[in-house]
Amino acid sequence: MDFELSQKAIDFRSQVKKFISENLTSEITLKMHETGTFNDKSFNESLASEGLLAGAVPGYGDRDPVELYLLFNELEKAGAPYDGLAVTMLVAGVINAVGTEFHREEVLNKLLTGKHNCCLGYSEPDYGSDVASIITKAEKIENRWVINGQKMWTTMAHESDWVLLLTRTNSDVPKHKGMTMFLVPMNTPGIEIQPVATMASERTNATFYDNVEVEDQWRLGEIDDGWSVMGVALALERGVMGGTNPAVPLLKHVLNWAETTPSKNKSLMIDNALMRERIARTAIINQVGQLLTLRAAWIAATGGMPGVEGSMAKIYASEEYQKVVGWFQQMAGAEGLLSFGAEDAAASGWIDYDARHAPVTTIYGGTSEINRNNIAERHLGLPRNR
Amino acid sequence: MSADQETIQDVFSSFFTEQTGPESARNSMPLGFDAKAWERLSETGAPGMGVSLPAGGGASLSDLVIVAEEAGAKIAPLPIIDHVVATRILEKLDSLEPEVLTGTLLAGLAIRPVENGVAKSVPTGSIANRLIALDEDKLLLINDEPPNKSLPNHGDLPIAHREINGATVISEGTEATEVFERGLNEWKTLISAFLVGITRSSIEMTVDYVKERHQFGKPIGSFQSIQHGLADLPGLYDGARLLVNKAAWAGDREITGEINLTDNEISDFATLSSMSLIFAGETSLQATDRGLHYHGGYGFSEEYDIQLFYRRARAWSQILNSPSDECLLLADLLLADNGVK
Repeated sequence: MDFELSQKAIDFRSQVKKFISENLTSEITLKMHETGTFNDKSFNESLASEGLLAGAVPGYGDRDPVELYLLFNELEKAGAPYDGLAVTMLVAGVINAVGTEFHREEVLNKLLTGKHNCCLGYSEPDYGSDVASIITKAEKIENRWVINGQKMWTTMAHESDWVLLLTRTNSDVPKHKGMTMFLVPMNTPGIEIQPVATMASERTNATFYDNVEVEDQWRLGEIDDGWSVMGVALALERGVMGGTNPAVPLLKHVLNWAETTPSKNKSLMIDNALMRERIARTAIINQVGQLLTLRAAWIAATGGMPGVEGSMAKIYASEEYQKVVGWFQQMAGAEGLLSFGAEDAAASGWIDYDARHAPVTTIYGGTSEINRNNIAERHLGLPRNR
Repeated sequence: MSADQETIQDVFSSFFTEQTGPESARNSMPLGFDAKAWERLSETGAPGMGVSLPAGGGASLSDLVIVAEEAGAKIAPLPIIDHVVATRILEKLDSLEPEVLTGTLLAGLAIRPVENGVAKSVPTGSIANRLIALDEDKLLLINDEPPNKSLPNHGDLPIAHREINGATVISEGTEATEVFERGLNEWKTLISAFLVGITRSSIEMTVDYVKERHQFGKPIGSFQSIQHGLADLPGLYDGARLLVNKAAWAGDREITGEINLTDNEISDFATLSSMSLIFAGETSLQATDRGLHYHGGYGFSEEYDIQLFYRRARAWSQILNSPSDECLLLADLLLADNGVK
């Protein structure tokens, strides 16, 4: 195994690092945490004009999955707002794979400018992991579709121009075979967005669709074949679009804090043996997270579909992140509870923030349990039990 | 993996399957060494494979990692890792005897520094004819008769204490400590690979078992609680395997690696070998723990193999240092370049 990146990949990473150091200001990160919207259109636009955005669309252009991984990994390590970008570029990848000329012109080309976002409309109030049971209904009337229903966790809906909407179009067939995917312009009459506040200040939304009418040209993929379109999205994501190194920025904040903060016996926290053990263990976790992700990218780069490998990286990185956050929050005692802006907050409030944020990472984008089902059935060959 | 490395894997996987395995591990108790299998291994030239090409070897650390993983997968009661690392050290110091190269004489490493004239709990202590030990800044070659009697231990390993009386000094000063440290990092990397092999086999045998074992009218592997307990393990196995291979890659490079903790860019050999040992150790504990548990009472019985893997995972993961102490050594490496102590 050669762990050396190609020269092309090394150059690409340098370009991304340089871009981040020149464009990611503290105002941007402050704003994302104040608003709870981890998306910055002017930052995205700068990425586009630097030529980095087309490379962020999985399967599009000449960038390979290793570079896709590098881009999102660098954004993640730097604490940049990339949540909106990752979803938008994923939708761009789906359009690139299964979209029509109309979709490419009307949506994909605009997404590549960085000025526009997409959001995902899969989950519903009653159907999350069991997404194939969704009931938001799309009915065809001549050449138009009328959509009624409700979606949950439509994060970035308030920033988006389109929603990738999974609908029920046939109830007379097995549930996987009766869904259709649409790209619905968010300015279509009948769509209402309600913000949903979370314990980590990140904003998400519930979206309501009341007799929303779109022309048939906004359908993405075949009628009743929405499950395949979802499969394309999952295959493209491959676990390489961020989310597998969340403890890297956390560790940076923790080190800054430990190097300047006295511990109980008057020496610095950084000299505390338990602290040092935990720093070492976190460093290992970060390396393993990187290697599992890079491995998924290698598989993708050679034409494979690293579905199971993506599940492994996702479970590992998110569960270890929760564990690590717990360690450092406890090490910090009362100050580990203090939030951004509070006097004496450990790591300027980052520990409190990460401890609030970590629980959602084992839930969104496929829960740990769904990923374990995937590994048990597809990797270990154990019987399906649902 | 290169074509050559695939060949290495095939050859050693067959060798350890045919010549060692759990039966050999059982039969070699209480000494913890299968002399017949070692003789056959010596016939293949394996004991000398780690030295330089002109001296008759030529295997890189990355190649040796493959051998070590296959040995671990069959819990081979053979000191191949210690022996190979010792030959690499001895060659560097012009102290390599032909009988050691061929495996006729067993060589090993006192992995912990000598204390008060005794090398304690040496993993090949009861069987090694030649033992390399670091006594402060002197590198010694202990060459008295091995006791051929092991201290009873958790992992059925050929552990013994050895006195350094009469040992030859083969190096002194900075050279001695540097050569020893390099050897120890190689040892950590290869033992990690052995542990990765233990993890692999534990997962395999447990998955097979839960597909066979029926309770409540169906295979216990169809229960989600068991599926999920097992589903955590392949990612840990793959992660450990990747980390160990990265350490070997770093060890084979001639350039000095990087330690950038805050950017998560690590290519330094000492750092990666320490990380590997900690992580491969921890994952082998988890894999054998769940594996034993899902075997139910049978897992606890001597008759079943999983307990052999369970005990060896614990033995190899802490015979050098307690994992917490290894973490502290790792922290020193990670934080040294960080502007902190």
